[in-house]
Amino acid sequence: MSALNPSGWQPSMGDAQGSGSELVTSSGDRGLMFEEPLSFEIGALDKCGVDMDEPGGEPVAALGAFLRKSAPDLPGLTEPETVRHYSRLSRQNYGIDLGPFPLGSCTMKHNPRLNEKLARLPGFADVHPLQPPTTVRGAFEAMDELSKWLIALTGMAAVAMSPKAGAHGELCGLLCIRAAHDHAGEARDVILVPESAHGTNPATAAFAGFKVESIPATASGRVDLAAMKAKLGPHVAGVMITNPNTCGLFEPEMKAISDTVHAVGGYVYCDGANFNAIVGKVRPGDLGIDAMHINLHKTFSTPHGGGGPGSGPVVLSEALCPFAPLPFTVRTGDGEAHLVEESNAAAIGHTLAFGRMTAFHGQMGMFTRALTYILSHGADGLQQVAEDAVLNANYVLRSCDDLLAAPFGSAGPCMHEALFSDSNLPEGFGTLDIAKGLIDEGFHPMTVYFPLVVKGAMLVEPTETESKAGLDRFIASLRHVARRALNGDETLHAAPVLAPRRRLDETLAARKPVLVWQRDPG
Amino acid sequence: MSRFFTNDHEWIEVSGEVGTVGITDYAQGQLGDITFVELPEVGSTVRKGASVSVVDSVKAASDVYTPVSGEVVEINEALGDAPETVNGDADGAGWLFKVALSDRGELDALMDEAAYSAYIAGL
Amino acid sequence: MRYLPLTAADRTQMLGVIGAGSVNELFCDVPEALLLDSPIDGLPLHASEMAVERHMRRLAAKNLAAGDAPFFLGAGAYRHHIPATVDHLIQRGEFLTAYTPYQPEIAQGTLQVLFEFQTQVARLFGTDIANASMYDGSTACWEAIAMATRITRRGRALLSSGLHPHYIAVATTMARFTGDAIASNTPDLSSTAGDDELIAGIDENTACVVVQYPDILGRIPDIAAIAAAASSKGALLIAVVTEPVALGLIEAPGNLGADIVVGEGQSLGVGLQFGGPYLGLFGCREKFVRQMPGRLCGQTVDAAGKRGFVLTLSTREQHIRREKATSNICTNSGLCALAFSIHMTLLGGEGLARLARINHARAQATMTRLASVPGVTCLNQAYFNEVTLILPRPGGEVIEELAERGVLGGVALERLYPGVDALKNAILVNATELTGDDDIETLASELAQVLA
Repeated sequence: MSALNPSGWQPSMGDAQGSGSELVTSSGDRGLMFEEPLSFEIGALDKCGVDMDEPGGEPVAALGAFLRKSAPDLPGLTEPETVRHYSRLSRQNYGIDLGPFPLGSCTMKHNPRLNEKLARLPGFADVHPLQPPTTVRGAFEAMDELSKWLIALTGMAAVAMSPKAGAHGELCGLLCIRAAHDHAGEARDVILVPESAHGTNPATAAFAGFKVESIPATASGRVDLAAMKAKLGPHVAGVMITNPNTCGLFEPEMKAISDTVHAVGGYVYCDGANFNAIVGKVRPGDLGIDAMHINLHKTFSTPHGGGGPGSGPVVLSEALCPFAPLPFTVRTGDGEAHLVEESNAAAIGHTLAFGRMTAFHGQMGMFTRALTYILSHGADGLQQVAEDAVLNANYVLRSCDDLLAAPFGSAGPCMHEALFSDSNLPEGFGTLDIAKGLIDEGFHPMTVYFPLVVKGAMLVEPTETESKAGLDRFIASLRHVARRALNGDETLHAAPVLAPRRRLDETLAARKPVLVWQRDPG
Repeated sequence: MSRFFTNDHEWIEVSGEVGTVGITDYAQGQLGDITFVELPEVGSTVRKGASVSVVDSVKAASDVYTPVSGEVVEINEALGDAPETVNGDADGAGWLFKVALSDRGELDALMDEAAYSAYIAGL
Repeated sequence: MRYLPLTAADRTQMLGVIGAGSVNELFCDVPEALLLDSPIDGLPLHASEMAVERHMRRLAAKNLAAGDAPFFLGAGAYRHHIPATVDHLIQRGEFLTAYTPYQPEIAQGTLQVLFEFQTQVARLFGTDIANASMYDGSTACWEAIAMATRITRRGRALLSSGLHPHYIAVATTMARFTGDAIASNTPDLSSTAGDDELIAGIDENTACVVVQYPDILGRIPDIAAIAAAASSKGALLIAVVTEPVALGLIEAPGNLGADIVVGEGQSLGVGLQFGGPYLGLFGCREKFVRQMPGRLCGQTVDAAGKRGFVLTLSTREQHIRREKATSNICTNSGLCALAFSIHMTLLGGEGLARLARINHARAQATMTRLASVPGVTCLNQAYFNEVTLILPRPGGEVIEELAERGVLGGVALERLYPGVDALKNAILVNATELTGDDDIETLASELAQVLA
């Protein structure tokens, strides 16, 4: 024999009966669940993760009075420390890459990495918005190509590309409506909004200077057409309808709603947040809609990034086209796509633009991602997207409606999201418990307590990018948590117990806001 | 001294020509933890039924309607640092503002304590 | 279809569970005549990854990337070096594919980043607090004006002529609908920022004075003097920073008396991207916190007593207050804020100061060389990394001709102020740490030939 195990290492399974759940660790980390201090607490003022040359020279004399007295009090980190800080923080986040993210109304679908790759081509990513047009022909072409798709998919006449997100798109649509009425010399100051609308709708209408009046819902979760008619009149500028609506239901009377509003001289704005349910299946233009924003970060798969950026192009009817804000692209007789902005709008006859909503030309980085996605799916794939999204939602609805109340479940199929409520849970158990219980199961919860028209609402939007096996796992967990509540399992109130944090004290945060880090006075 | 109540869960206690306004204990219980109270300006003139104050909880912002018209003569400054007083003592130390009544007749339309108790029992 | 996991067998089985004979039965609420049975005519069908990449590369190749030419454009969007670490980290799926942190127990990564971001912005701006980002600088500027009108209950905003014209256009557009009055002018080609004229325009109805720092022509207004004048009339001062790197060298507006400081954060961590997505920065005095627009992240504790972070003060926001919200904003620029924050963390305060000094030095070198080109005059006395040059000919033509020679030489004021003859012959020229001596030499010699 040669040497006898000089390292002394013998594999061992240890004490398999030992329990580690209550173990208190010295570091505070628990295996792969990391705690991470604030960057300021681990950084130092003399640390920098970027190597730079000596600046050399002195600032111009005239700058003297303006010089900063001291550098910002912001500790820095070197590169390895930076990578570790953010990588460890990322581990405390749930993302669509890790599992279903069934937030109703949010359309959290898979974000294809081809989108990311192509948006980073220097020809898109490293181009200045004010470069001479001759040096950015491809950028205008990409914008124009995406415009063409959005127009074709919605059956509308034109699209305003610059709005930065959905709510910004809503504002764009309402300002077009305001401008159209102003141009016609009509003083209409009321926008009708259904009770079930997203909060952005009334907020946008108010921001655009309108008074908001609410339209009630019918027992089947739809806009009450008769109640809406009763509110119409010469003071009504238009209506804002979400279709499919926030209960996950298609408005079967949408065309009648539009015709009725048009008959009294109003316009119809459609909140397009839920376009994923109908893309390629129904064209909003066929429903009489005058303006609709499209959340590229929902239907067209651009990443949400923990809260943005979004992108909210607005498709417009013939009637509203003349008022579209600058800039946008047009393709002229020479076959080239051109940018229409302040300097040339009059030359092409676009003299009624209501103005400009943002600096530069919109969310180009989102346009390239959305266009990449659209080209990947094509017209056939996008139609399949809507069909699979609706199929998946109905599958969840019918797989759980024996355990959880489904407020409109008996009225027929849903569209892309399944609505449940906590009305059948025992006293003391509610939607919050179901949501937090799902976190312990390893899932991101659904949208909770929205729409407001259903008390204790739970809105599940699986999207088309969940496999059947993935849905079955989610359904099993949702059923398990629902049963815990139905059985009166009080431990559910403590959930989540397996996440990086337990329930957080939101009251403390709001009563005594701490919004920035303060250096410890010691 | 007498206390009156509104359908919207405000109370007013009138002493001489001045009424002290707060939200009811029932209301604070429905709202949950109160995080901030926005109060009217002293000296402002208010009309019965107008929204003159806002009570925020974590997930809701509720308008408070003045039960009477008149001039705001005092506000409960202590709520700035301690909005939780409204949870702890809505009927007393958690009062919001005082109004010099311009029309005592407006009190006639309000509920007394017994009527309000019956009203919330029916909710 | 590579993004769609359901198989034909899955679909059949699922329809069985649902009790529907076909997928179209699920669309039964759609009027039959409007339901599309086949893909929309005239549109391409699905394509492979290779085919899509080929198409997009062809489009990208029609653009001249900034990195492929001597490059001197600024005017509200700046080309800086972005450390490789930034793009790597923002592409971690846990950041990239997360939503707004509505479930804080499983979103502490995003929330802590936002808390760090808010702190960085507040320190950079010299304000008490900052929010979790807005869409971009121009929309943040309008939101600040709207906030000032709420606070002061006055309806007039006085904009400095040195404010970026797109920002003026956004404010003017919005004010047309809210009924607020916007007072603004086009700038004069004078060497200083015109502070006296601005101060003279402040009156008792003025809600706010809006000053860009440094301004669109690269000049630096005296924030302290304007702040004092505004304050004496009961107006708020809003400072607008479109080039945040400047604040490594010149004093933070908040430290000079600005009440609200907003800006465009693109310079740090976010590439040019043809104008978006960028990120709006928004800081202000603490006493205005309940009037602020946008998302705010706050520190708190969890049920076990551990420090944690949540979105807070949400009763200001649209999803709760609806038509009474401080703003209709919902989405912010989360991922861009992450990029900004990572870049800022890599730099630290001292690193930012050094980066700013380098920018200024490169700008000095550029101006010194260009001023020697016959016919070229530099407008500015004080500047950070951007100046206005006055040429003997219309700037638009010169910029076009330079582009034909492969040089991206700046931004013609004609592009920003169409029809304003007094500004026709001026261009904006910017330099950053990426501007090499060879770039400067190429611009100078090509400019000399174009002007000859």
